Amino acid sequence: MDNLVKRAKELLENKTVQVVIGYEAGPTGVIRPAFITDPEKAGKLIYNDKCDQNLAVYLTKKEVKNFGKMAIVATLPVMRSIMMLISEQQLFAESIVVLGISADGNLLDIADINIMQGYIEKSDLSNPEKYKALLAELNKLNPEEKFAYWQKELSKCIKCYACRQACPMCYCTRCTVEVNQPQWIPVQANTHGNMEWHILRAMHLAGRCISCGECGRACPVGIPCHLLTMQLTDQVYTYFKVYAGTSDKMNSVLSTFEPNDKESFII
Amino acid sequence: MSDFEPKVVAFVCNWCTYAGADLTGTSRIKYASNVKIIRFPCTGRIDFMLLLKAFANGADGIIVSGCHPNDCHYTSGNFHAKRRWIMFKELMDFMGIDMNRITFSWVSAAEGAKWADVVNATVTRIRELGPYVSYKEMVDKSVEEEVKNG
Amino acid sequence: METTRKLIRKQSVEKLYNALTSNRQVYAPVVAADKQIEYRYNPGFAEVTFGHIRSTLSVKNVVFPKVENLFFYTNARSESTITDIDMSRIPEVVLWGAHPCDNAAFDTLRSIFCWDIKDEFFSKRLEKLAVIGLSCHLSDEYCFCTSVGLSPDSKKGSDILLSLLKNGDYHADILTEKGNEIVKSAADLFETVSDEKEVITEVKQKFSHEQVTSKLSAAFEHPFWVENSLRCIGCGACAYVCPTCACFDIQDETRGKNGKRYRSWDSCGFGLFTLHTSGHNPREVQSQRWRQRIMHKFSYMPERNESLGCVGCGRCSSGCPVDMNIAEQLEALQNI
Repeated sequence: MDNLVKRAKELLENKTVQVVIGYEAGPTGVIRPAFITDPEKAGKLIYNDKCDQNLAVYLTKKEVKNFGKMAIVATLPVMRSIMMLISEQQLFAESIVVLGISADGNLLDIADINIMQGYIEKSDLSNPEKYKALLAELNKLNPEEKFAYWQKELSKCIKCYACRQACPMCYCTRCTVEVNQPQWIPVQANTHGNMEWHILRAMHLAGRCISCGECGRACPVGIPCHLLTMQLTDQVYTYFKVYAGTSDKMNSVLSTFEPNDKESFII
Repeated sequence: MSDFEPKVVAFVCNWCTYAGADLTGTSRIKYASNVKIIRFPCTGRIDFMLLLKAFANGADGIIVSGCHPNDCHYTSGNFHAKRRWIMFKELMDFMGIDMNRITFSWVSAAEGAKWADVVNATVTRIRELGPYVSYKEMVDKSVEEEVKNG
Repeated sequence: METTRKLIRKQSVEKLYNALTSNRQVYAPVVAADKQIEYRYNPGFAEVTFGHIRSTLSVKNVVFPKVENLFFYTNARSESTITDIDMSRIPEVVLWGAHPCDNAAFDTLRSIFCWDIKDEFFSKRLEKLAVIGLSCHLSDEYCFCTSVGLSPDSKKGSDILLSLLKNGDYHADILTEKGNEIVKSAADLFETVSDEKEVITEVKQKFSHEQVTSKLSAAFEHPFWVENSLRCIGCGACAYVCPTCACFDIQDETRGKNGKRYRSWDSCGFGLFTLHTSGHNPREVQSQRWRQRIMHKFSYMPERNESLGCVGCGRCSSGCPVDMNIAEQLEALQNI
């Protein structure tokens, strides 16, 4: 990734940006996010197929924003997150530089949001291949089996909210679960309370989830909670023919409507 | 299960279905008394979480009803609700929560007879389905988990 | 009590396990379907794993469950009644096969829960708990027990400590009266010690905790905290998997007239943790919360509780979604 390092160094040297958000290898070899502010340290940046965290989550983080203008190493899910954040007015297009990474791991030349939009529109926006098999398998189960599966999985939840924190779209400074008058979602981590939490999370991400799978990756107890939002991503496309994060001006699916939306279950 | 009386909670909008249900009464149309009506300003206000709370608190069936499309008192609340219910239904289907227990309907203030039909049909269906044991079991089991703390 | 060492044959271990499960709850580690190591009550012996490095969650929930009901109440118009928890319902539990780091954590938790006022729920659960530990014959890069004054075969916190021998049998160190009771109940399974070698893993010391503690007292304003916590996303995973994290949140939950007050796990990594009603938050940003986590474990606790708030199990680091490696940070901290 010499190109990436070179570009990051340039951006920092000519003071176009104050920080580059990318990936580095930690001392144990585990890939982790890196925040480069010194052009001399740009060499730490790497990119390989293990760099799977969605870095867009840091674009709304106060301590990172404090640096000033940010450059961000962005794979497709990150670019789509950026689009969502701009469309939901959480981010100004002028406050970032996108160091796009193509599907085969090469640096893209993304000069502005329109070019990024063009790139996103050309890409496959459905759920990533590696999750499709499990989704299809779950969809084949009968309702009892599905309910049993989710009860078993969600009983493991400890309500650490890593799924929420890791998600770039969960940027609310005050989450519904933190409201206690009334106590909407039980604080306790039992199967019932966990189920309500995960249903709420999935519904709040319906039409906004960009299928990065970050929530499932972050979960310390291995709950495949990304499948809930990904299923809705599929359904949003089936019903409304939209994928999230394709334009900086898109409206959220659940805060808009078309008078002729089709359904078959309302009598 | 012959003595099973379904508990059905109806979440209805103030302007259409609630008035419609009123008309059912003033028209002297009889319908199943299993339903408990909760009035909302608009279907757009009916949070999906309320439905789950109803199940957790012992409801066997749920009716959600409001103004027909284009008739919303607030112009577009029911359109928003419609999109939300589409997503909610798909999520519930994916998680194995029984959507046969929830009836969504549009009942206008003039449709007193339709309201009676909606309620009767729902109650009959829930009577066949029986009590919503699996959801209640999950809730009870969760309480047990807390006691055992395992 | 004077500790004694006995031998327990490979095949006798199963007999001991079955004898224990026949009349009490045994909490033992198993490999779940998704390959995670989790503890369950009374799994079949065939399921119990002896070759795990660390379970995903710690075993602190046997004494500090993720939800603990404190009392129940009824609110009637004229009078309200409070029903206490029936403490006799707290079961006798044998913790089976937990590693020395996890077992040492019970002492740390005691130093918090019984610091001034003795927490009755915690104390009762601890009193009803017997620990049959298992020395570590495996470890990985996340382990750092030797850096916090423990070792893969430390006896702290265990009532009986099993150590694997080369031939597959176990040495059993009987450390407390509780352990002795268990041995007495199955005396024929325990034999005289052999001179077979024990298999104990080696864990490299990464830092000196004394030095970390002494450095921390002057490091409150050091830029280290911001630099090293930029990537922290502020979830509670590290605290929830930690065997010594003891923060909790107290909540009331009412249904109609009836309700209960309970406590559940909380984490200092959450922004809400220190948020005041006024809107002011003394730990406003993540670096302050991360600093609090390290400071609490390595500076405040040694100062006030005379115990270190960390047992070196490495769960927080292995479970962290953004590789906030605590051992690495402490290693760096001792040299600032």
